[in-house]
Amino acid sequence: MPTPERRDLRIGIDVGGTNTDAVVLDGRNQVLAWTKQPTSADVTSGMRSALSHVLQQVGEDATRVGRVMLGTTHATNAILERRNLGHVAVIRLGAPATTAVPPLEAWPEDLREAVAVGAVIVGGGHFVDGYAISPLDRDAVRRFLGSVAGRADAVAVTGVFSPAFTDQELEVAELVRAELGHEHPVSMSHEIGSLGLLERENATVLNAALYGVARDVTHALDEVLRDRNLDAAPFFAQNDGTLMALEYAARYPVLTIGSGPANSIRGAAFLSGVEDAIVADVGGTSTDLGVLVRGFPRESAAAVDIGGVRTNFRMPDILSLAIGGGTILSGSATDPQVGPESLGYRIGQGGLVFGGSVPTLTDAAVLAGRGRVGHVEPASAPVELQELLAAALQAADVRVVEAVDQVALGKADRPLVAVGGGAFVIPDDVPGATEVLRPDHGDVANAVGAAIALVSGRWDAIAPAGEGRRKAIDQACEMAVRRAVQAGAEPDRVEIVELTEVPLSYLPEPAIRVHVKAAGPLGWL
Amino acid sequence: MTMLDLDREATAVTHIGEEDLPALARGCAVLGTGGGGSVDTGLLLAGRAVRECGEVPLVQLADLEDDAVVVPLSGIGAPTVSHEMVASSDDVLRLRDEVERVMDRPVAAVMSSEIGGSNGVAPVAWAARLGVPLVDADGMGRAFPEVQMVSMYVAGLPVNAVVLSDVVGNVSTLRPIDGLWSERLARALCVASGAHALMADYILLASEARGAVIEGSVSRALGIGRCTVGATDPLASLIAELGARNLISGKIVDIDRRTGGGFVRGSVVLEGVGDDRGRLLRLEIQNENLLALEDGKVLASVPDLITVVDTQTGGAISTESLRYGQRVTVLAWPCDPLWRTPRGLDVAGPKAFGYDIDYVPVEEISGAHA
Repeated sequence: MPTPERRDLRIGIDVGGTNTDAVVLDGRNQVLAWTKQPTSADVTSGMRSALSHVLQQVGEDATRVGRVMLGTTHATNAILERRNLGHVAVIRLGAPATTAVPPLEAWPEDLREAVAVGAVIVGGGHFVDGYAISPLDRDAVRRFLGSVAGRADAVAVTGVFSPAFTDQELEVAELVRAELGHEHPVSMSHEIGSLGLLERENATVLNAALYGVARDVTHALDEVLRDRNLDAAPFFAQNDGTLMALEYAARYPVLTIGSGPANSIRGAAFLSGVEDAIVADVGGTSTDLGVLVRGFPRESAAAVDIGGVRTNFRMPDILSLAIGGGTILSGSATDPQVGPESLGYRIGQGGLVFGGSVPTLTDAAVLAGRGRVGHVEPASAPVELQELLAAALQAADVRVVEAVDQVALGKADRPLVAVGGGAFVIPDDVPGATEVLRPDHGDVANAVGAAIALVSGRWDAIAPAGEGRRKAIDQACEMAVRRAVQAGAEPDRVEIVELTEVPLSYLPEPAIRVHVKAAGPLGWL
Repeated sequence: MTMLDLDREATAVTHIGEEDLPALARGCAVLGTGGGGSVDTGLLLAGRAVRECGEVPLVQLADLEDDAVVVPLSGIGAPTVSHEMVASSDDVLRLRDEVERVMDRPVAAVMSSEIGGSNGVAPVAWAARLGVPLVDADGMGRAFPEVQMVSMYVAGLPVNAVVLSDVVGNVSTLRPIDGLWSERLARALCVASGAHALMADYILLASEARGAVIEGSVSRALGIGRCTVGATDPLASLIAELGARNLISGKIVDIDRRTGGGFVRGSVVLEGVGDDRGRLLRLEIQNENLLALEDGKVLASVPDLITVVDTQTGGAISTESLRYGQRVTVLAWPCDPLWRTPRGLDVAGPKAFGYDIDYVPVEEISGAHA
């Protein structure tokens, strides 16, 4: 058994739409090895191959690997393809309120059929001030559980105002264990999402449907580690750019959705050494622009659709442009067209610099001297074509500059960090940014982001605005910290990284909605 | 009857089914002038009710008997709460029973109190659940923040009874002395019911409603929602449909927005692009968009309608969704003539919102291109 001092290496893996990237970082966060492998249809074999490549590169030092951080699209793919989803029994606590919109309303028909084995609205739930809408109807819950016994892989329970008043959901979880067995999985909405009943309920049901997927991916990861004789602790990246421990990911698999953009923003920041920046992740077909605020991705206020289902997850605020290294250029020098079609991963054969015949943004950037890629000089192309490349690059630059201004909210006091395989197409002079940084290993910024991520916990609550406000906020902070520690953070180093208060109207006493996020580095094993 | 009227007659909507709801929601969002609450929840309520209970007949006031009871309905309360404590499907049934007891005759039809925003879409759900028609009219022709800012109050109708129905089944009947008391009492009851209730006020006979409500609102919302579908230039189609002025096409360069006491207040600054390059326009907001100013000069003001739309799609953008850098166009068009009467302006003119300016109809103001 190696000593802890010797187990100072970390592996970050990021499964993206096109590539699965992996890196190995040492204790001082230096990149020791990295790879880019194609993402496989089953996701798992691509992950295995990326992991094998980096382990190969570090050779004997592989025994020093103490942790593996995985950002993966397993859950997203399962939902999009309606594959490997568990059957869920859906309980809502709120009758006689909420009956105007039953559970799973507005779900795509095929997803509902793949997931739901029954849904019920029973007496229960709370008013905004904690007063009971009706007492919890235990008999109705038991009857419903009896009707789905043997057919439901998991139960999802959502109570009105449960993020503020958790007792009824906890009691239903007890009833599920009593009726369906001690090990029967239950997703409780107050652990999954924030206020907004239907969106939180949707996320809770999706979470319950993903337990099997979570089991498969943790198995696969375990297997790879065992094959290599590695005694490393696995962690999962989640949608806010932080990590959760394996046991936690097994309970909240839905939180792994959307980790990719968060990872690349955090990774870009880390590699360039800045805490506040605009990040452009340039791939083959698109560029994702995000904003790093005090070390974390700025979050979007808009609702997020996953596989056609509306949820209220907080996701990184990303502006996507259909501009990437493989973007096809057409038209003429006086009226150049930039995309939206792209050669994508086929650029290695089709692009001019690779001896192909399709003019792309990569060719234009090489001609302009922004990078050296391929083996054919675009300067040898006909003059007319060169003029098109130059004009199209200018048009692409205009769109990038506009997009940077849009995500920067008009503040031009931060650097722009360009990462991803196509980062060199980004011009050096972007008016919305103080400078353009191109860090080493920017190609695999997302995997680096997974490897260096902090662990976090969140809490949402309704608190009185006057007397008692301070105490309620302190309690919310305590809950957020406790969750971060549960997720694997070192207790002494957890900090509150975000605290927002929103005033509520139409209440007997003035009240606020408090949202707290705590985060800290991983504790030692 | 002119050719135009004939044309309208031929294409008049007589029923609202599930497939009409997205267009209705888009139109209600445009008429919401930035406020009125998100149409998304209303859309879910209406979709569910229409699937369960069937499509809803849309009737004109003229089609109703003089003594037919028309119930103006609206959901009141805090948007954050109705987003969490979703409505009951039965609240409207209990409300109907109480209205029938008070009026001593059956409810003939439902009407939207406020066509702009969420309360323009949800009445389809209420009409479907009651199995009665929806009247092609409303009490505002747009969205306003307070209960007394309705055409029935401007027309001087007595409040008679206000009926509230909450999520657990409580039904309350109020007999306020005027519209202002109606707002004050209804708000107190709403708070006791968890900050969310269904309300009927200014319960009308069809004969009273004529001239005291804004007719054609539902058809108008549907027309607005449909005009951009498949259009090569959605913005141009929308401008033509509304008879609106394009005050500016530009990008948002500054947003100052504060929330408190149930209101979103603030201002938004737009910088012109394209033909409008070099111009700056400021919008003043209190839940809804109330004033549009350029170089200190008013280009449009409440009660005329001012809506911010996406320049590409023509879709309305609510006050809460405005973001720095968005490419938007500000449209303004005339309100219903009722709001331009002296009493209408007292209730909902610029001064009613604390702006010390005289109202000038938007079409009489020069400076913006038509």
